[in-house]
Amino acid sequence: MTPNIADVPTSAAVPTDRAMVRVEHVSKRFSLRHDRSLKELVFSALQRKKLADTFMALDDVDLTVHAGETVGLIGFNGSGKSTLLKTISGVLFPDLGRVMLRGRVAGLIEVGAGFHPDLSGRENVFLNGAILGMSREQLEERFDDIVAFSEIEEFIDTEVKYYSSGMFLRLAFSVAVHTDPDIFLVDEILSVGDEPFQKKCLERIRELQAAGRTMVVVSHELEMLQKLCTRIVVLRKGKIIFDGDPTEAVAVLRAS
Amino acid sequence: MTATAPARRTPSAAERAEGWKAPGQDAGWLNPLKERFLLRLLVKKELRVRYRGSVLGMVWSYVKPAVQFLVFYIAMGVFLELNKGTPAYAVYLFSGIVVVNLFGEVFGNATRSITGNGALVAKIYIPSQLFPWASMMVALVHFLPQLLVLVVGAVLNGWLPSPTAAVAFLLGMLILLVFTMGLGMLTAALNAAFRDVENFVDLIVMVATWLSPVLYRIDMVQKSLDGTILWWIYQLNPLTIVVQLFHIAFWRYSKPVVDELATDHPFAYTLAQPGEPYGLWWAGLLIAVAVFVIGTIVFERSKRRFAQEL
Repeated sequence: MTPNIADVPTSAAVPTDRAMVRVEHVSKRFSLRHDRSLKELVFSALQRKKLADTFMALDDVDLTVHAGETVGLIGFNGSGKSTLLKTISGVLFPDLGRVMLRGRVAGLIEVGAGFHPDLSGRENVFLNGAILGMSREQLEERFDDIVAFSEIEEFIDTEVKYYSSGMFLRLAFSVAVHTDPDIFLVDEILSVGDEPFQKKCLERIRELQAAGRTMVVVSHELEMLQKLCTRIVVLRKGKIIFDGDPTEAVAVLRAS
Repeated sequence: MTATAPARRTPSAAERAEGWKAPGQDAGWLNPLKERFLLRLLVKKELRVRYRGSVLGMVWSYVKPAVQFLVFYIAMGVFLELNKGTPAYAVYLFSGIVVVNLFGEVFGNATRSITGNGALVAKIYIPSQLFPWASMMVALVHFLPQLLVLVVGAVLNGWLPSPTAAVAFLLGMLILLVFTMGLGMLTAALNAAFRDVENFVDLIVMVATWLSPVLYRIDMVQKSLDGTILWWIYQLNPLTIVVQLFHIAFWRYSKPVVDELATDHPFAYTLAQPGEPYGLWWAGLLIAVAVFVIGTIVFERSKRRFAQEL
């Protein structure tokens, strides 16, 4: 669901000069591997068939993100936005170049990826919080806030498989925004839940910005990013084609 | 795909001093010790998921070995008359079965731990060592009831705990866990690339019961293989060493065995184990550590490709 543009708060981010993320000449090649088993591998070796087609998901990407900045990553499908985010979070490793970070990172690459349907909401909050890097003390301290934010108090001990998809996303998002890292990686999650909840999420993002958190946000909601970000990077076929003012960036993407 | 030298990937000393680090740069094989809280939650999750929708739940971890034991006891002990030459054959048999079961479960679960948690591995960064370690701890939880049954059975057969038994048991557990975790990390890493590996592992687990002295006694193997290289290979199998240690711990010093050895029965001497009491424990430990090191290295080298391969 697209957030109501009037609800999107203006950016509260205060950029500083302290670099938090350094992406240095990062390239990542993906192979579309067809061969999944040894048998197929042996046969393709015998037939001298080409093993896999490859493409450059990231091509010599250079990017520095400073503390307090909210950087948007935009581009069409397959332009390498998510790959870049995954490379920064440490899920993927660059083939060439390197990524360096300062401070603790939490990647919200996909809301609810760490959730298990057979566990209760409470158990999932703990498991997912720990996966996102929270300690037991932090979790116990913030548990009530997390549940209150998600507004599903009465179902917290129900197994997650009985949740509606909206409830599920609310809880997952709530855990994620309470992890309180120095660097926040956000992939297409600002479109969860109903309108009031979305408003709340955006409000929370604004709070994090005001608190000086660094954010890298991937989204297709161009208007929203334009308001939320201090800087936008446009990617096309794994290359950075624009890096700078949000309004210009959106124009660049629309023109291409 | 050209690989850059690792030195270029990680921050230099000067950069580290400024607080820079590479994403996914973690404590490697020490992670399970550092991330104990997360590890515990993962174990809890595994246990919960394992018995979802099952009425008997944990009871299954008693039922399965019990049935397995009965079948082997009837087929090997009664039909093939192995219990005639072996006093307290039931204890002998069960102390081997628990070893092979633990081996099978740790090995099998660890092999599937990366592919089984694919959704997580591909999306969120977690130190991936935690997955095989969580599998091992789940297997240990299932091992405890079996151990309890074994101890009760041994006591009923005139066994009393002793320092020798305790040392043999602890040595056996140490060798078994280090060895199996080494193998498990190796196969977990390979299984992420080729799913064939898990079937191969099932095969090894199936064969393991028969290639270590679980059902028969080791002197029977010596009788047919003595003097050949195969006899040495058989003895150096870490599982053989661990099963023997378990026999020492729970069977060898129980009353029926000691009594039988004291008689002048012509074959009574065969009940004594080679190299009593701890046999080739040092060789077992050495092999186990070597396998663990190899497993860790392979795992560490391939873990950065997991997210791509799943």
